[in-house]
Amino acid sequence: MNLPTLILALPLAGFLIALLVPRSSPQGSRIWAIAISLATFAASLALPMLFDRSGVPSGPGEQFTLDVPWIATPNIHYHVAADGVGLWLVLLSTFLTPICVLISWRSVQNRVKEFYAFLLLLEFGLVGVFLAQDLFLFYVFWEVSLVPMYFLIGIWGHERRIYAAVKFFLFTMTGSVLMLAAIIYLYNRTQTFSYPAIVEMIWNGRLTFAPGEQMLLFLAFFAAFAIKVPIFPLHTWLPDAHVEAPTAGSVMLASVMLKMGTYGILHFCLPLFPSAARACAPWIVVLAIVGIIYGALVAMVQPNMKKLVAYSSVSHLGFVVLGIFTFTQIGMDGAVYQMLNHGISTGALFVFVGLLYERRHSLEISDYGGVATAAPWLATAFLVTTLASIGLPMLNNFVGEFLVLQGAAIANFKWAIYAAIGVILSACYMLWMYQRVFYGEAKEEVRRRVADLNLREWAVVIPLIAMMVWMGVYSQTFLPPVSRTTARVLEQTQVNVPFQVRVERPSRMPAEAANVR
Amino acid sequence: MSASFGFNSADLIRFLPETILTVMGTLMMVLDPILHRRSSNAFGHMSIMALIAAIGGAVYAYTEAGPAFGGMLMVDGFATFFRVLVLVVGILTILPSYRFLARQDAETSEYHALLLFSIAGQCLMAAANDLIMVFIGLEISSISSYVLAGYFRDDKRSNEAALKYFLLGSFATAFFLYGVALIYGSTGSVNLTAARAVILGQGPGGAAPAPVFIGVAAALMFVGLGFKVSAAPFQMWAPDVYQGAPTPVTAFLSAGPKAAAFAVFLRIFMTAFEPIGSGWEPLVWCSALASMIIGNFAALLQTNIKRMLAYSSIAHAGYVLVALAARSQVGTAAAMFYLAAYALMNIGAFAVVSHLSGRGERYQNIEDFSGLAQKQPLTAAMLSIFLLSLIGVPLTGGFFGKFYIFKAALESHLVWLTVLGLLTSAVAAYYYLRILVMMYMREPCEAVENAEPLSPGLRAALILPALGTLLLGIFPGWVLAFAEKSAALVK
Repeated sequence: MNLPTLILALPLAGFLIALLVPRSSPQGSRIWAIAISLATFAASLALPMLFDRSGVPSGPGEQFTLDVPWIATPNIHYHVAADGVGLWLVLLSTFLTPICVLISWRSVQNRVKEFYAFLLLLEFGLVGVFLAQDLFLFYVFWEVSLVPMYFLIGIWGHERRIYAAVKFFLFTMTGSVLMLAAIIYLYNRTQTFSYPAIVEMIWNGRLTFAPGEQMLLFLAFFAAFAIKVPIFPLHTWLPDAHVEAPTAGSVMLASVMLKMGTYGILHFCLPLFPSAARACAPWIVVLAIVGIIYGALVAMVQPNMKKLVAYSSVSHLGFVVLGIFTFTQIGMDGAVYQMLNHGISTGALFVFVGLLYERRHSLEISDYGGVATAAPWLATAFLVTTLASIGLPMLNNFVGEFLVLQGAAIANFKWAIYAAIGVILSACYMLWMYQRVFYGEAKEEVRRRVADLNLREWAVVIPLIAMMVWMGVYSQTFLPPVSRTTARVLEQTQVNVPFQVRVERPSRMPAEAANVR
Repeated sequence: MSASFGFNSADLIRFLPETILTVMGTLMMVLDPILHRRSSNAFGHMSIMALIAAIGGAVYAYTEAGPAFGGMLMVDGFATFFRVLVLVVGILTILPSYRFLARQDAETSEYHALLLFSIAGQCLMAAANDLIMVFIGLEISSISSYVLAGYFRDDKRSNEAALKYFLLGSFATAFFLYGVALIYGSTGSVNLTAARAVILGQGPGGAAPAPVFIGVAAALMFVGLGFKVSAAPFQMWAPDVYQGAPTPVTAFLSAGPKAAAFAVFLRIFMTAFEPIGSGWEPLVWCSALASMIIGNFAALLQTNIKRMLAYSSIAHAGYVLVALAARSQVGTAAAMFYLAAYALMNIGAFAVVSHLSGRGERYQNIEDFSGLAQKQPLTAAMLSIFLLSLIGVPLTGGFFGKFYIFKAALESHLVWLTVLGLLTSAVAAYYYLRILVMMYMREPCEAVENAEPLSPGLRAALILPALGTLLLGIFPGWVLAFAEKSAALVK
């Protein structure tokens, strides 16, 4: 059986069977969900193991391709394959789903059956987004993943959950209808939805767009992705959705759903509309840097832990966007690596915030203090995650941020300087939060309620921390397939770019010096 | 016209569905005194059988495809598509009506007979290739619908609905008839094929008639049909009528007559008026955009679910008009597909409304859906499918319908109409989501606590359209292939 199809079929079957589990047995739903999500994870482990890492591929670079016609007219195919970026994002989704099942084990007590059914449907949608090679199929998964997340936030969220869920749905929907229009337009031009085929056409010069046309198409795609990332002025749905979602929802939202946006930019916007992407790059980079600094500053003043982590996501995702739009190999590698890092470390932060909430029933930082005395292991694990998040060497985020900054420095040194401010700020707000929550005098309430990690929670925490260390110490496991794909994207962005004099940094120095003189 | 009015057996076969329905409808009126028992299920069973037989008849007629009665009817794939569609709509209307009529303690024989007559009229509209035939079909369908809208004699709102529907409907028909007269005056024919030939200057006289007459005729017919499909700016009647009419009737009105009117719309504008397409395209363009905007934005403000669905149906009429504005065979096929998907999802949604409405239709507010998912998970799940389809989420028929329509529009370079239309459909998500919010994210309310368990008829009326919606969403190929094959109206 085709591997991507297997990875898609398992959660889908899991969803359908989860609907049949009797309502009277919530434990049955939980056990089914953990079993099927672990099975999916096991199946997806085969992806990196069997992925052919040798040399630069002659073909399009996707592997495990399965391409069967789905609908005859218009010509829609069920076309799935994994490339070097999608591969890891699939793995990230399947890795986090069992974790989400475990952390919801006790915290979700009402409508348990539906909760796990939606979680599995969400996994199906997310995995599909990263595997689809047919534009139409991509759109289908893109929207399908929206529905379960809407319900997860709306049913199991906190007080203002309905507002957050509806806002989340409407923001995303608005962006995605624009993308749909662009997809249809592309189809009418090319008579195919096949992503590799369209990329090939552009590469060969058989498909060219007028500049204005290309710009509009780029913007239509970019709008959908920018809302999902979210890029600075479009981020307002994110704090609401994150704060109101249940822990599992926040984890999936932050760790995987936001990556749909950055993955989309890298996978679609750049290769399909190279000149428009380059033309817009300076503006987008500015927005990304504003996002980095703004997100960090706003995070610093949040009294609510979840909101703090949510704004830190805005800041971290700014790095990813910056890395992509440096148009350098290193920057793009860093961006992809940062997507994965953010998935692990921010996912872990949400898990810990969820664990604290389960114990103390509050998200306000001021309600805590001295947790380290009451729950030393929880504090230690949280500390590791905090350090990972602020980019301590030997932990995962450092690698990604380093590469992004290096790429930015190559493209334009000023970008790197501004972005680096974000790194410093992130250390401030994270450590400050850590200090306020874990150190100091342990309050009565905290001492009574906050217990240390139990066995189930250890099972959640250990894989996450192990991944942070692994990704920080030995990035070679992950980066080679990524570089291969980003190299191809980069190569594709060189196509039909009108010739322009790109003055390299060193050669401009004497000229500037001359001006000064 | 060289038609001989003597007819042969092939003509009768092509007229089979209408014959079956009329005979059964009449029979039911005759049987009423004999079987007389209030709220008897017998008439319901009879009409379902009649409708199934008529579907068989329609399919059989298609095997003998061709013109009938000297070109007055044209039994082709297009006609068969819409005939089967309105017949299915009829079945799906009757299934929830059993419990509904029993609950309201209403007569059943007249209800079902009128419904059959109305559907017979719509079948006729679907197949008519002659403006007089169109008119007759329109009248049969409309007059029965007027009565059905006022079926609860003692209910003020029902009366208001019937009166409003009747008055505005008559105006619309008059406009339409005026257009017919102009066509007859300027082309000398009421047959669409013949009229087209004359407009193209290929008629017996040779010269084409003055374009102003044809243009005015097209505009008048557009007004008449615009009323029937509740397209802006002729949509005023829809919310009041939809709200006042008994819920199963509303479901029927929103699907059956609308589909048939669109069939007529497409046939007239894509055959006779096709040569002057560039003239009416701006008209349709404006009306489509106005319908989408008015429908979707006004629906945001509604608290009554029937009114909300009325505005949503205005918006959906707008989407179909986008397909008409595309003026292509792909556009026609897209409109056909969309109407099928729309009929299923809308009638399914109304079935839930009529299930919950309670005695005297007390519960019609969006709040009355609160907590439905906890008390009746199946009903809530089915309604979710319909609503997601109305929003246009992939893997549902509604999404593919929209997709085909906007694809056709982009092929015809209607870029701004597409972008604006899609954006209004994102707005629309908000009001459909409100119902989902109520059902899944709130605690059960009085209406839901009092709701009866699902009767078998209602269960079928929910599950069948839900399956149909999913089928159209996941494997749309076969319906679309048929639609594309039969969308070539100019022969």
